[in-house]
Amino acid sequence: MSKELIRLQDLCMAYDDEQVLDHLNLYINDQEFLTLLGPSGCGKTTTLRIIGGFVTPTSGDVFFDGVRINDVPPYQRKINTVFQKYALFPHLNVFENVAFGLRLKKVPEKELRQRVMEMLEVVSLKGFENRKPDALSGGQQQRVAIARALVNRPKVLLLDEPLGALDLKLRKDMQIELKKIQQQVGITFIYVTHDQEEALTMSDTIVVMDGGHIQQIGTPEDIYNEPKNAFVADFIGESNIIDGVMPRDKVVKMYGREFACLDGGFAENEPVDVVIRPEDIDIVPVEQGQLVGTVTSVTFKGMQYDIIVDFRGFKWLIQTTDHSPVGARIGVKIDPDGFHIMKKSQYSGMFGDYSSYSEEYDELSDAEALDAEEDTDAQRREDGYAE
Amino acid sequence: MKKNGVVSRLLLAVMFLFLYAPIFVLIIFSFNDSKSTAVWNGFTLNWYVELFQNRAVMSALRTTLLVSVLATAIATVAGTAAAIGFYSMRRRSRTACLAVNNIPLTNADVITGVSMMLLFVFVGQGLSAFSNWLNGLQWVEDANLWFDFSFSLGFGTLLIAHITFDIPYVILSVLPKLRQLDPNLAEAAQDLGATRFVAFWKVVLPELMPGIVNGMLIAFTMSIDDFVISYFTAGSQVSTLSMVVYSMVRRQISPEIKALSTLMFVAVLILLVIINLRQARQESAAARRRHAAARQP
Ligand SMILES: Nc1ncnc2c1ncn2[C@@H]1O[C@H](COP(=O)(O)OP(=O)(O)OP(=O)(O)O)[C@@H](O)[C@H]1O
Ligand SMILES: [Mg+2]
Repeated sequence: MSKELIRLQDLCMAYDDEQVLDHLNLYINDQEFLTLLGPSGCGKTTTLRIIGGFVTPTSGDVFFDGVRINDVPPYQRKINTVFQKYALFPHLNVFENVAFGLRLKKVPEKELRQRVMEMLEVVSLKGFENRKPDALSGGQQQRVAIARALVNRPKVLLLDEPLGALDLKLRKDMQIELKKIQQQVGITFIYVTHDQEEALTMSDTIVVMDGGHIQQIGTPEDIYNEPKNAFVADFIGESNIIDGVMPRDKVVKMYGREFACLDGGFAENEPVDVVIRPEDIDIVPVEQGQLVGTVTSVTFKGMQYDIIVDFRGFKWLIQTTDHSPVGARIGVKIDPDGFHIMKKSQYSGMFGDYSSYSEEYDELSDAEALDAEEDTDAQRREDGYAE
Repeated sequence: MKKNGVVSRLLLAVMFLFLYAPIFVLIIFSFNDSKSTAVWNGFTLNWYVELFQNRAVMSALRTTLLVSVLATAIATVAGTAAAIGFYSMRRRSRTACLAVNNIPLTNADVITGVSMMLLFVFVGQGLSAFSNWLNGLQWVEDANLWFDFSFSLGFGTLLIAHITFDIPYVILSVLPKLRQLDPNLAEAAQDLGATRFVAFWKVVLPELMPGIVNGMLIAFTMSIDDFVISYFTAGSQVSTLSMVVYSMVRRQISPEIKALSTLMFVAVLILLVIINLRQARQESAAARRRHAAARQP
């Protein structure tokens, strides 16, 4: 399980003068389900295309099983790809699409037939052999694309947002299906997505990328519970990110008050970003609260209520199963393990502030819009401290 | 409103009359049992029989078919390659190349024909001067060699001219198919173990095929149909069918010509119908696919 299969070393990629990948270092283990996660344009597809051999990196090396493969053409790599838009061959039927790779390898007809049919069974497409791709639904086309790649028994399967074109229900089904297939055939999957939930449910390892840099590598639990910076914290799930300082180990100071936490190892009075997940905040009666605020908005989300609470001008998102009406004064309590302390980074102050709350607050933050509001936010925050 | 409809319909009828009356007269009188183009004397196929016994006509038919088939084949290969080349260029140079490609299409045939003839004559004379110069050299004489690169207008120049004016049509029919092509298709084939060449052959070419066949049919029609450019570039020894018609008409309007013209009209008409049907079918298939794609999430 833990044998290293692919290593990307100091990988750089530039188109014209635009630096798309900036000194990427990453190794991928055999039989691992690894996900590249990041916003649009962060270089996920480019990384995948370098591994597949469709583009040559500007500098840096790609190793496969310890051998440098920079100059090996795609057709000689033991890697197959499921393309973002499937790229099925329109003039061939499903059977011939899946058989394409085997025919090129001159696999005997009998074995070929058997392997193709087996693979169609794995992706539950038996009976569709004679259909042309344009007579299939999106989900079926997607499964043909997977079968076409897997039938060659690659050591690695690259998948570029393979579920991007499917509706929510089908996506969920296919996520489970894909994970099952991966365990069944026991090969490495390198999966690209910008959907954090998809990444969390399917992956063994998640690589969070932004702007051509790797922000964090870790298991889904690591990434969720111990985000390395404000970008990761914001990108993975909802989070409140608050400015704070660390007066000493295991104590964090926000809004002029000290809270117990579990982190340490910072310089004395080092400014930090404090991440608090909305579900780690408990609502308690006012007199028991570590902080007291006013509810400004309540949204019913099925499993829970999303509540926005105003703490002297700074708004937090809280997820709770208890209903509190708008305008109510409530106290909140956060256990020490609910605080995640991060060093300041270039992303500090860009995310996790719900004072600009709108109906779309759970969509990806728009960095530009946030920039414009930064001044006023900072102002309000300072006002909050002064009181 | 209603009156308006009647008027426009009348206009349409007059227009069609003007367009097609001459051809219908021609067709009808090609079956007339007399040399007259005014009096109907009864039905006959004699003119057609005579036509097929006319040596000049038959030899022109052979020339026309041969030059059209050869020019179409060569232009199809060259045009497809050119279209792919254009497509892989950067936007600026592609636009420039397309503009250059379109000029011969809009240029008057006479100009194309005359300029080609002049070019052929110029190159022919140049080469003959070059051969003379070579033959005058001492070492050539010593080696007992004799060069003759000169050529005059004939089947070769006719063929080159046809290839030249056929190529733009092929390019224009292949380019839209290239634009529709999913750029990942060739990569997908390479991913599955195909070299670049095999990927092109097995995946890209089949996708371009409808456009290539359209271009081929259009080029063939243009070659069969052409008179002006052939007239200037074929020289005095070789004639195509339309050139035969022209030279016969200059002597007298024989009923054979009516028969020949009828046959040529029908042949080109059939080709045009095939091309239009193919294009209509491809468009509706593309629309269906777009529709299906739009319906899918
Ligand atoms: N062929 C190319 N020429 C020039 N720039 C390119 C090319 N391919 C990608 N880029 C640029 O590289 C950057 C990263 O692109 P990439 O396709 O890797 O992003 P991505 O993370 O896959 O995004 P998405 O989630 O939208 O697919 C983008 O800014 C893009 O504009
Ligand atoms: Mg992408």
